[in-house]
Amino acid sequence: MSELLSTTADGAPAARSVTADEMMTVVAARELVDGEACFVGIGLPSLAANLARLTHAPALVLLYESGTIGARPSRPPLSIGDGELAETATAVVSVPEIFSYWLQAGRIDVGFLGAAQIDRFANINTTVIGDYDAPTVRLPGAGGAPEIASSARRVVVVLRQTRRSFVDRVDFVTSVGHLDGLDSRERLGLPGAGPTVVITDLGVLKPDPATRELVLTSVHSGVDPVDVVSSTGWPLRVCDDLATTALPSALELAALDHLRAVTR
Amino acid sequence: MSELVALRDAVASHIHDGDTVALEGFTHLIPFAAGHEIIRQGRRDLTLVRMTPDVIYDQLIGAGVATAMVFSWGGNPGVGSLHRFRDAVEHGWPIPLGIEEHSHAGMAARYVAGASGLPFATLRGYRGTDLSARASSVAPITCPFTGEQLTAVAALRPDVAVIHAQQVDAEGNVGLWGIQGVQKEAVLASRRSIVTVEERVRTLDSRASVVLPSWVVSAVCVVPRGSHPSYSHSYSDRDNAFYQAWDQLSRDRDVFNDWIRRHVLETDTFEEHLALLDADAAKDGAA
Repeated sequence: MSELLSTTADGAPAARSVTADEMMTVVAARELVDGEACFVGIGLPSLAANLARLTHAPALVLLYESGTIGARPSRPPLSIGDGELAETATAVVSVPEIFSYWLQAGRIDVGFLGAAQIDRFANINTTVIGDYDAPTVRLPGAGGAPEIASSARRVVVVLRQTRRSFVDRVDFVTSVGHLDGLDSRERLGLPGAGPTVVITDLGVLKPDPATRELVLTSVHSGVDPVDVVSSTGWPLRVCDDLATTALPSALELAALDHLRAVTR
Repeated sequence: MSELVALRDAVASHIHDGDTVALEGFTHLIPFAAGHEIIRQGRRDLTLVRMTPDVIYDQLIGAGVATAMVFSWGGNPGVGSLHRFRDAVEHGWPIPLGIEEHSHAGMAARYVAGASGLPFATLRGYRGTDLSARASSVAPITCPFTGEQLTAVAALRPDVAVIHAQQVDAEGNVGLWGIQGVQKEAVLASRRSIVTVEERVRTLDSRASVVLPSWVVSAVCVVPRGSHPSYSHSYSDRDNAFYQAWDQLSRDRDVFNDWIRRHVLETDTFEEHLALLDADAAKDGAA
């Protein structure tokens, strides 16, 4: 992303240029509220959750699907089962327990998911690209995502935005977003609210309250909304009062630099 | 009563061609040594069960021991794709691999049902996904008390479970701690079980949060560092560099075949493979 004169979350000029991935991580971290219980996937979600813990949400409770509850890792783990997660956790429980007593029972405020494909109703595909029986690309599969998407009170989705990843209809529904739109998710009886925000390297999308179709609500600094529309595989609606995402604050950047430094 | 035997003998007597085998360990305590021994002994036509088929299943699949896999997430954690798994599913190399896939919650529930001696488990999952239509072991069910629509998943009953743990005591009881995954359920759901351990002790460490009594385990084998490149809490650290290196070692069929030949087929034991890895690392360090 180009360096631009713009203000940050704390009103000061940006300390340095910011990459698209950093922007995505920072915006994702801001979605997490202090004190919430957050079910975290590995990769960018884990980095964002740990960033939130170092900045505005020190009391964020991180739960990893490896069964670690309240983990406080000093550096973002490479895998969800790194030893430090267990050593710093309040409790370590079995895999059946984390999914039944904690996630399914409704104890998770926010679930954090990535995706290979997402569609206009925020349904998520992490299974195959192309035909299931003769796939173009075989992806890792479901993991914990389907139940996170159905049972967490709300879901934050993070992925890079291209015409290949933002499609009209996903090739495979691994995890349910807002299904066919309108009230179809509620009619299915899924307990959580589903994806309430999708954060990309270009901007932020949210489901329209009535139709549940994803709408562009904010663009990151320096991004032309026309480019976001052309990076989307359906005719993307742009919201009337489109916002510009605040650049990372000096604190957010320092915390991100710290996390990067301790990871390697 | 568990029998203390060499890993070679445990695999030879308990794992047969055509068996359904679950090697479990959720990112921690992954039984790599046992996986290598299965390849070394040339097992064929196995149905491999595992929640998170990662590098160990990439090796087993690439070596051609499996014709089917039941799983919920197949990737190299934090690194990317499993290239041998993808090659098998996308191109049928070295042999076609049938797959049956679930969510983690579904697989965990299936193991719990198997361990409990029940035919199925219920959960609030799968609804609205394309997963349910693809697996014959998933079906809708109505709660007889509330009328709520739920999902039933069939019990998993593997022929053999294989896990790695920290310790076995003098009486043959197995103890493990740290991230405990689904190993207890896998062992109790299976007809037979093989456990590799870091060491044999007189009495189990008080940190052992999961204890498998001797009489539910078929065979125990002492294999120090038998979970490498995964780790054994309090004994070894995860070798993240190996997971990263695997991405390159597994991309090309010839490079992969050469690695399996040198490190598995032409070694007699896992200890020899580890010594070879250490020697390679020393050579790279000197270069």
